[in-house]
Amino acid sequence: MNSQAQTTLTRTERLTQWLDERLGLAAIAKLAHKKEVPIHRHSIWYYFGGMTAFLIGVQAATGILLLLYYRPSAESAFESVQFIMTDVQFGWLIRSIHSWSANLLIATLFIHMFSVYFLKAYRAPRELTWVTGALLLFIMLGFGFSGYLLPWNKLAYFATKVGTDIAGVVPVVGHFLLRFLRGGDDVTGATLTRFYGFHIAVLPALTLALFGLHGLLVQKHGMSVPPSLEGKPLKTMKFVPNFLLRDLIGWILAVGVLAALAAFFPWELGEKADPFASAPAGIRPEWYFLFMFQTLKLIPAKIWIFDGEVIGIMAFSLGGLLLLLVPFLDRPSPQGKSKPAFTIIGILVVLFIVVMTVYGYLD
Amino acid sequence: MEPEFTRRRKFLNYLLGTSTGATLVAIFYPVIKFVIPPQVIEATQNSVVAGKLNEFAVNSGKIIKFGNKPVILIRTPTGDLKALSAVCTHLDCIVQYQPEAKGIWCACHNGRYNLNGQNISGPPPRPLEEYTVNVRGDDVIISKA
Repeated sequence: MNSQAQTTLTRTERLTQWLDERLGLAAIAKLAHKKEVPIHRHSIWYYFGGMTAFLIGVQAATGILLLLYYRPSAESAFESVQFIMTDVQFGWLIRSIHSWSANLLIATLFIHMFSVYFLKAYRAPRELTWVTGALLLFIMLGFGFSGYLLPWNKLAYFATKVGTDIAGVVPVVGHFLLRFLRGGDDVTGATLTRFYGFHIAVLPALTLALFGLHGLLVQKHGMSVPPSLEGKPLKTMKFVPNFLLRDLIGWILAVGVLAALAAFFPWELGEKADPFASAPAGIRPEWYFLFMFQTLKLIPAKIWIFDGEVIGIMAFSLGGLLLLLVPFLDRPSPQGKSKPAFTIIGILVVLFIVVMTVYGYLD
Repeated sequence: MEPEFTRRRKFLNYLLGTSTGATLVAIFYPVIKFVIPPQVIEATQNSVVAGKLNEFAVNSGKIIKFGNKPVILIRTPTGDLKALSAVCTHLDCIVQYQPEAKGIWCACHNGRYNLNGQNISGPPPRPLEEYTVNVRGDDVIISKA
């Protein structure tokens, strides 16, 4: 660059140029502007992945804030959350948003997953996008389970006892798994410390890696179009800035919804956990575990020679495995005919989850 | 007979591979051992004083600390004393005495036991373990059966 050109550029242009020479901004911008979103009657479902990602961001931000006051031990965890809720400026807001956003995140994640499933967006070459998504679902449930214990209240204590005991029922590795999760034979302060480690270090690291891969694959393959519209001429919209701005409107609305929920329904803290008190009546897990809980309740204690519990847990584990393998099970038939079986199975699964959840609340 | 450099390369690859493997094992073995919690040996307790007899009302139950295990002490409607493990055999929740049903109930999954600790309805697979109760003077003493 000669000095002649130097003088004709503004300071901003020169800075941009300096950065571009080092970072390749132009290439990134080109890539961003290349991305297009197809517009059709199912386009609404394109919002839910981004919404889930945004809520994960909310969790990271509010979670980091909560770390400033939270104390992870059986002696002080409950009191430190109480302190956040009552003494810290806006503590009630940050904690309630963290709890509410966790629940909304699981909800948008389920919507995202089922919409991808019914629109068959896992078709080749997007199998690994589905697999990373399914793994992210398991990680998010792990976040929910480990985070639930952290306030160290009665409900959380028994939920953790039951949950880890279920892990102990798994054949062969059960005992090891139970002790690994509990940090000993019982749910104690050691369990709390461990869950805290999972919740703020292990799971976030895994999330970052898998989410990076998931997002990268989405960019690589572009947006999927449902089979019913494949090959038809479709309108498209630029992702940057048009669709991204619509995403942003959704995110702003989500912030409003979270703030309203936190203000009108601040999250309860309940009573401090006591390892020598009976489980309270009306105890039930978070809504997204309720359908499994309710199913386990209905299974008889003995099925032929097996414990009913083991059967139920193995069935749910198998369900998780099948979920992971959906793209490899739903192979297109050689005649290219659509197979309605997977849609029917999907509808049955949704019905099962809805019915069991409602039943769980009425029970 | 392979040429010398091929054999040498194979040998070097073998050394490289095994030492890399050994290094990885040396790194991950302590890590895996670290995450398995150590067995904490507790002083085994054979008996505990639950309290005075007049503290336990007829047709009521109370959770008693027996070492680090919860035990439910029940004064039956007939005034007898019963001590059973309070840990539900289903999934580890802590049970409670229900005076109106005159039985033991677990709130987690609606399991029920009778006053002898027999699992009578709901998911519990086994009866509750029984402890021995003795009254000395007016001290109620619970001990391992």
